[in-house]
Amino acid sequence: MQSLVKFFRSRLYDALAGAFFGALVGLTIALSTRYLHDLILIDWLGAAAPPIATEFVLPALGFLLVAGHAFIGFATGFGGFMGTRIGRFLYYGSATGYVRGFLGQVVFTLLGIGFLESIRALLGMTADGSTFNLFGTVISEPGFVFGALVGVIGFLLGSGVLTDWLLWITGAQTPLRHGAPPGKPEWFRYLNVDVNHKVIGIQYGYTSLLVLLAGGLFAIIFRIELAQPGMQWLTNAQYNTLFSAHGIVMIASILLGVGAMSNYLVPLMIGAADMAFPRLNAFSYWVGVPSVTLILAGMAVGGWDTGWVAYAPLSLRAPLGVQLFLMGFWINGFSSIASAINIIVTTMVMRARGMSWFRMPIFVWGAIAASLIQFTATQTVGVALMMSIAERAIGLNFFDPSGGGNPLLYQHLFWFYSHPVVYVFVLPGLGVISELLPVFTRKPLFGYKWIALSSLGIALVGFLVWAHHMFTAGMGDSLRTLFMITTMFVAVPTGVKFFSWVATLWEGKMTFETPMLFVLGAISVFLIGGISGPILGTVPTDLHLHDSYWVVGHFHATMFGGFVFPFFAALYYWYPKITGRMYKESLGKLHFWLMTPGFWVMSFGQMSIGIWGMRRRIADYDPALGIEAAQVLITVAGLVIGWSILIMLYNFVVSARTQEKAVRNPWRSRSPEWQIPSPAPEFNYDVPFVVVGDPYDYGIEAEYIRMGQAQPVPAGD
Amino acid sequence: MQKYKHFIIVTVLVLLTTVVLKYVVFGPMFRLPPAASAESAPIDALFEGHFWVISFLFALIMVLMLYAIVVFRRKSGDETDGPHVHGNTTLEIVWTIVPVFVVIGFAVWGMVALGQLLQEKDDEMVVVVTGKQWEWSFAYPEQGVKAAQLVLPVNQPILLEMYSPDVLHSFWVPEFRVKQDLVPGRPTFLRITPTEIGNYKLLCAEICGMEHANMVADVRVVDNATFLAWMEERSQRIDYAALTPVERGALWYGPEGDGGFGCNSCHSLDGSVIVGPSWLGLYGSTRVFDNGTTAVADDEYIRNSIFYPGQQVVQGFVNQMPNNYEELFAAQEADILLNDGLEIDIVADLIAFIRSLNE
Repeated sequence: MQSLVKFFRSRLYDALAGAFFGALVGLTIALSTRYLHDLILIDWLGAAAPPIATEFVLPALGFLLVAGHAFIGFATGFGGFMGTRIGRFLYYGSATGYVRGFLGQVVFTLLGIGFLESIRALLGMTADGSTFNLFGTVISEPGFVFGALVGVIGFLLGSGVLTDWLLWITGAQTPLRHGAPPGKPEWFRYLNVDVNHKVIGIQYGYTSLLVLLAGGLFAIIFRIELAQPGMQWLTNAQYNTLFSAHGIVMIASILLGVGAMSNYLVPLMIGAADMAFPRLNAFSYWVGVPSVTLILAGMAVGGWDTGWVAYAPLSLRAPLGVQLFLMGFWINGFSSIASAINIIVTTMVMRARGMSWFRMPIFVWGAIAASLIQFTATQTVGVALMMSIAERAIGLNFFDPSGGGNPLLYQHLFWFYSHPVVYVFVLPGLGVISELLPVFTRKPLFGYKWIALSSLGIALVGFLVWAHHMFTAGMGDSLRTLFMITTMFVAVPTGVKFFSWVATLWEGKMTFETPMLFVLGAISVFLIGGISGPILGTVPTDLHLHDSYWVVGHFHATMFGGFVFPFFAALYYWYPKITGRMYKESLGKLHFWLMTPGFWVMSFGQMSIGIWGMRRRIADYDPALGIEAAQVLITVAGLVIGWSILIMLYNFVVSARTQEKAVRNPWRSRSPEWQIPSPAPEFNYDVPFVVVGDPYDYGIEAEYIRMGQAQPVPAGD
Repeated sequence: MQKYKHFIIVTVLVLLTTVVLKYVVFGPMFRLPPAASAESAPIDALFEGHFWVISFLFALIMVLMLYAIVVFRRKSGDETDGPHVHGNTTLEIVWTIVPVFVVIGFAVWGMVALGQLLQEKDDEMVVVVTGKQWEWSFAYPEQGVKAAQLVLPVNQPILLEMYSPDVLHSFWVPEFRVKQDLVPGRPTFLRITPTEIGNYKLLCAEICGMEHANMVADVRVVDNATFLAWMEERSQRIDYAALTPVERGALWYGPEGDGGFGCNSCHSLDGSVIVGPSWLGLYGSTRVFDNGTTAVADDEYIRNSIFYPGQQVVQGFVNQMPNNYEELFAAQEADILLNDGLEIDIVADLIAFIRSLNE
């Protein structure tokens, strides 16, 4: 063990890791060059490639690229470029948790495949069903599943998130490390396993944004295809894979974004030094990374055509990619459950003295309501996914009716989680809206208790409505009626939120900095999502709208209004807290004024073509529908949204280096996290504060918290 | 009075905006397709009710929000906070209780309308609908007729009895409004009374794999005389003996509703790729398989590929073909032998048809 750790810290390891990643970069460039070459020459120009190009130039180029990158990686890893900034970045980068994790994942995946395939070969089993050809070797589906599972363990071992726990088994002491590892720069913390909740929150945040970019790119690719009738540049199979991946990748991004806000904000807001279980917190984040990797890898091994819902029996017949998607989704459940436990326990037991439930900042209510759902519902979808994995890989018959299975069982298990999870996405977002409104209106939050309890109300009712996703699925009619009634009741607590927000705005002395603009945008967009819902809740109208683009418009408005807009508001609002600097206000406003009208056009456009007869999840549509103009408009709006998000990222990256230092409390907020320096100190509050008043008493001279007297931090630890 | 001024203005604005939204904005934006079934009436009435609520709620929140933004926003130089208002229990109770009654009202309305849709009619005609990847076929058991398009007599109550042999599909004709999934392993049912003569499209509304977008069938609603004539025409048994092998091959290649085996849903005749390889120029060509071996497409190869589709998979394709054609062909051959006294070989017909494409 000790020698292994020594090896991982050695320069030889760095060199090998560098070589490996260099080769991977080279291979990627070589393959994509090859792909682009084929695409442009053969598919677009219709010309045959000259033999010398295919037989000599391209392979030679590929070899040079792979070998060259491997050499550069090796030399960089060995420290040849230590003098340059890029060299330092590559040197330290090759030793980050991500590099070690991915290396572990690749090695363990291959080991797992090898192990299972050897057993199968010994037993004389031949590969039937889906197979994948890896470097000329045919790999069976069970081999792939086992490899993927072991690969995730490899990632966790490699990244180091399990190290402390494993060392405990040997009886070793492993005190929590604070700050960057010895001899490594400060930024190294953010690319490595770290237990501080603020570091983990930021890790969640940038991963969420990266995954959001991937999911957005998929959407842009198939939206361009959908702008015109007829297939232009994708095949049906590619289109199906892209929209399926878009769905699940965006869900992963949203869950990561929820994790970012909850992890960063909850301990700060309740006056805790960290989360209740810091190592478990790191585990929640790091187990999410290989889960996203598996989903993306699924696109490379055949893709899948089931959408993100993966209904049986289609999922049982889909290409091999669906198996990696199911596994990635399943692994993500561990992240959800573990992080929910942390949030619940932290909020329950680590609140500052005097902070009763109704004196917490309102965001914490959203976070805890969401965590209660994650903690109790995720297991059901885990079961559904695992049953699908097992049915495909080893033939256990749960869902396929030809063997006595029940296809509707999958839908029930799936939606029992997947409906409530919508509230996991939106409740923290709605919490952000409620949190920011009083600050920018300089007024108390209207009906604090009603808003707080409406979050729990939504979470509760959310558990009783899942079968409205199945109104056309062939359920009994009495069940359709029952779920119609429960579904309609979701409108009541949601309405309470809207009315309370408007009442908070009323007579508020509003200012319109970027976070406030995004809050107002969120209310308008969530309103579109809200009012387009009840029409789907009553069965007779749903029979027309079900599986149409109306639904697409409805849930995109819900997700954008309930999560994306509030998340962006939160990013702008807490940006000075996280970085200590102010973002560029002009670029923030530009982002808002591009994205909000863009989203209105997209959402109303989708609803409009849906009610007219456009189906969901189709690669191509009938030109006789006469909706080409709307389709072009939706695509253009989608592109505008994409560009505006790039502007935000540019703003954040550039402002972190060039903008002036932010003042301590730029928004004149009463919330505790703004009463300490930015970025927040390692343990948040030197001395715990005491809560003596209500959080949103703007308009009168009243204390919310009383800070303790600062004392020198004890040496050590 | 100053306080009531705001509320009077806002009330007038909300009501005005509601009407404008209903008729000028959402009216043109949310157009329903023309109604062509008796089921449309209760559904469209409910739609109309919903559109009023949508218009009102959108107007209510947006007007209040924009009014507050314009009227109450901080004036320059004013550094004071807003009024210290914590909430109002009466208001909270009102805006909780009123929506409760509204949603109960709509749920009851929905129940009544759903009851009308499910109502069994006296003289229902049964049509058996089969949806499989990626083709629709229809059978009229009372008349003993099969077809690849859905032809319905106007004003005749229809009971659709729907089956799927493979994955979920969903029956949706937008002009008929109602929708129902097809679930493998069990029948599902849908009631429709077409009321307008015309041509419509049946769309598969549940993702069912690669060619989901193209799983479309023609729907014709015709007058009773036309329907009876069409039935008469379709109920003639195909005279297999009068057909040449190539003609029979074309028949087997075609959709199930026309008496074929639906090869056409995956294999084109014009060189384009749907799911499997095109049949154009197939016969006699050299096939390259995914394991690198090759073979010439002769009679034996084609027979083998139909009966055992997973054995030799052409490079660049994924095998998605059912492997039960040997049984299906044998059953059909036995049926023809029994009824027509004619001995045929369906694979030989298909080979003849494929060869004819080379000419």
